[in-house]
Amino acid sequence: MALDAEQGQLQPAPESFLAKDLVEDISRDGIDPARRKLLQNALAAAAAAAAAAASMVAPSLMADDDPDIVNLPSWTRSLGKPVVANPYGQPSPYEANIVRRQSPGLTRTDQSSVSFTPLQNLFGMITPSGLHFERHHQGWVDIDPRRHRLMINGLVETPLVFTMEELLRMPSVSRIHFLECGANTGLEWGNVAVPTVQYSHGMLSASEFTGVPVSLLLDRAGFDRQRATVLLAEGADGSSMTRTINLENALDDAMVAYGQNGEMLRPENGYPLRLVVPGVQGVSWVKWLRRLEVGDAPWATKDEVAHYVDLMPDGTHRQYTSIQEAKSVITAPSGGQKLLKQGYYDITGLAWSGRGTVEKVEVSVDGGRNWRPARLEKPLLPKALTRFHFDWVWQGDEVLLQSRVTDRTGYTQPSRAQLIEARGTRSIYHNNAIQTWRISGDGEVHNVQLG
Amino acid sequence: MSSWAKFAMLFLTVLVSTSWVMAMPEGLDALGRPATEHEVSAWDIDVRPDFAGLPPGSGDVWAGEETWLAQCASCHGDFGDSNEIFAPLVLGNITEEDIASGQVASLKDPAVTRTTLMKVPTLSTLWDYIYRAMPWNAPKTLSADEVYGLVAYLLNLGYVVGDDFVLSDTNMVETQARMPNRNGMSLDHGLWSVAGAPDVSGSSCTTDCTVGTTVTSSLPAYAMNAHGNLAEQVRDWGPYPGIWTEVEGEKREATSMVVEVSETALSGSGCTGCHQMEGQLVGPSFDAIRTRYAGQEHAAYLRDKILNGGAGVWGSMPMPPMPAVDDNALQQIVAWLTSGEE
Repeated sequence: MALDAEQGQLQPAPESFLAKDLVEDISRDGIDPARRKLLQNALAAAAAAAAAAASMVAPSLMADDDPDIVNLPSWTRSLGKPVVANPYGQPSPYEANIVRRQSPGLTRTDQSSVSFTPLQNLFGMITPSGLHFERHHQGWVDIDPRRHRLMINGLVETPLVFTMEELLRMPSVSRIHFLECGANTGLEWGNVAVPTVQYSHGMLSASEFTGVPVSLLLDRAGFDRQRATVLLAEGADGSSMTRTINLENALDDAMVAYGQNGEMLRPENGYPLRLVVPGVQGVSWVKWLRRLEVGDAPWATKDEVAHYVDLMPDGTHRQYTSIQEAKSVITAPSGGQKLLKQGYYDITGLAWSGRGTVEKVEVSVDGGRNWRPARLEKPLLPKALTRFHFDWVWQGDEVLLQSRVTDRTGYTQPSRAQLIEARGTRSIYHNNAIQTWRISGDGEVHNVQLG
Repeated sequence: MSSWAKFAMLFLTVLVSTSWVMAMPEGLDALGRPATEHEVSAWDIDVRPDFAGLPPGSGDVWAGEETWLAQCASCHGDFGDSNEIFAPLVLGNITEEDIASGQVASLKDPAVTRTTLMKVPTLSTLWDYIYRAMPWNAPKTLSADEVYGLVAYLLNLGYVVGDDFVLSDTNMVETQARMPNRNGMSLDHGLWSVAGAPDVSGSSCTTDCTVGTTVTSSLPAYAMNAHGNLAEQVRDWGPYPGIWTEVEGEKREATSMVVEVSETALSGSGCTGCHQMEGQLVGPSFDAIRTRYAGQEHAAYLRDKILNGGAGVWGSMPMPPMPAVDDNALQQIVAWLTSGEE
């Protein structure tokens, strides 16, 4: 082994330079002259590489040279790491800042808490599974899939039990959908409370989910089409979380999902089974799903009376608020970031609607006085995230950035003033107001509200 | 007709799958098997607002108080008013007028802390939730009678029922009629169904729109680092590095525990549900445990307590057995607890 002086990393021994079949030949037949020659060539090449690395001197730099081009970096003159060094691949160490984070002081226990997705540094329309936000009500659990069951009961001909093996045998569908907590942006109703888009909008993720349509499972159980109006979904964790689901909507596109972005669900996201209710707030996507009950009246569960109810100015709470209405946010540049120089920038962000497909997104750089259309990335999928872009040249002036989405139903995302005029500032849930980022003359981006 | 029934009528259509018309393929009816009645009853423990699903039983305020002090008070306070770990359940701010009208008037007042009892319209919810999910660290260990007692105690704390009240499956309906916020919920909104009508609409103006562009709210300078140094929370080599918000000499205390035991070992083993570094949570603080059990001679004892649980050493709240703790984590935790180091 040799030490690379620059990186302080151990270099693999020369054996690693030998072709596998040569090693096998030698160990089977011993060394004959031909093989000795091959072996010598391989070792010589390895020795030369090591010597070159050890003796590399900085070539003379010309005035306009970029030293990162002319002085070959260590990774260009060394052997890379072997396969399966990480059997499950990990992000580059240079991406270590891009992780889920908690908002300090938001909750007093880590089991009933939230971690937020780092939207500011993500691309496209899919959230990496390991960065999908977390919201647990009584901690997360590791469930043995062999011992997990899904029960379907209530207004059905035959209550049924499925094993995971059976569910994975059934006809499946894969669909891309967003998942947003009803309380996303809930900290911002009254005033600016958090610095970055991770904390203001980071209870938002999107994945390709794979599973069995709820309609198929209910048909299999023979549900009562005359009486049934609702479904109860229940988790297998300690909280045995329950939520009432709109059956008519669920028959359209809800699924019992086991797959997320091509692999099984992550434990924090409900392994091995969760409900996917496209367009509906995350709390209804019950994780660690163990039971679906068909019913004719809602259950008024804890998270339908004490939480996830929207307080109106007249003192009443709106109950069973479920749909996530159209919303958009610029993710870069966004709060807490800094523009280092003037010139071209690709303003980018996300738009989505719980009622269907995004029709258009508009961007304003003057606090909402003037709007121009953003470019939408295809495909435009219903109840999924849509990535938008907006070409922009920053000239060092103060800027108030906003985005505004209109969905296919014709609904346009409201301004903060329009939203609080109707709902006040105390409803906690379903804040889909237009977000403003202020870029100051020094390039700093800050979360602000306008009036 | 109940308000729910009217609400449901708004969206009532013949239930047919529209987007995913997936016919039942041949052979599919062999997947899944009938659930036995006994299996259904083991899982179907939900209680609806009409009390469908409610098991028989009863409990009085005094029995409820006893269970409360043993099982609930460490998180919620002796009188359900603690704000230490969870939002207060009861604060004694419900009036006779609220109980008469079925709508808690102080919900209109932003200065009043919203408690659970101020919001909950349905008695069934209290019963259902306590029975399915409490206590916090040992859900589903309470008997039906204990839950009746606990609900009676909670209602008594909120002046909904008297001191000698007995709650049972036979008087739930009449007790529901005294729930302070039973008329406080509204279904008059468009957020239940995909087809619902929105209550707010944005503007379609694109040019010279009349909007306020004065900044009315932003984070004050002193709060910029409240979430940690923003420079360390974004990609630091891209077009938008983070603002350096940490002030020299005022390093914010790390929110994570700075200890010689990995956070994964503690939280992954379920310890941090009840224990924190300093100060009593549900169980004693790690600091207190480490002080009392400094020294290798306590290792076997602590190991046994973690695996098999115990009670009465630090108070009435029992420590549940934690048999699922991984061997490596257990070794690390015990070594750390007995290390006696700061």
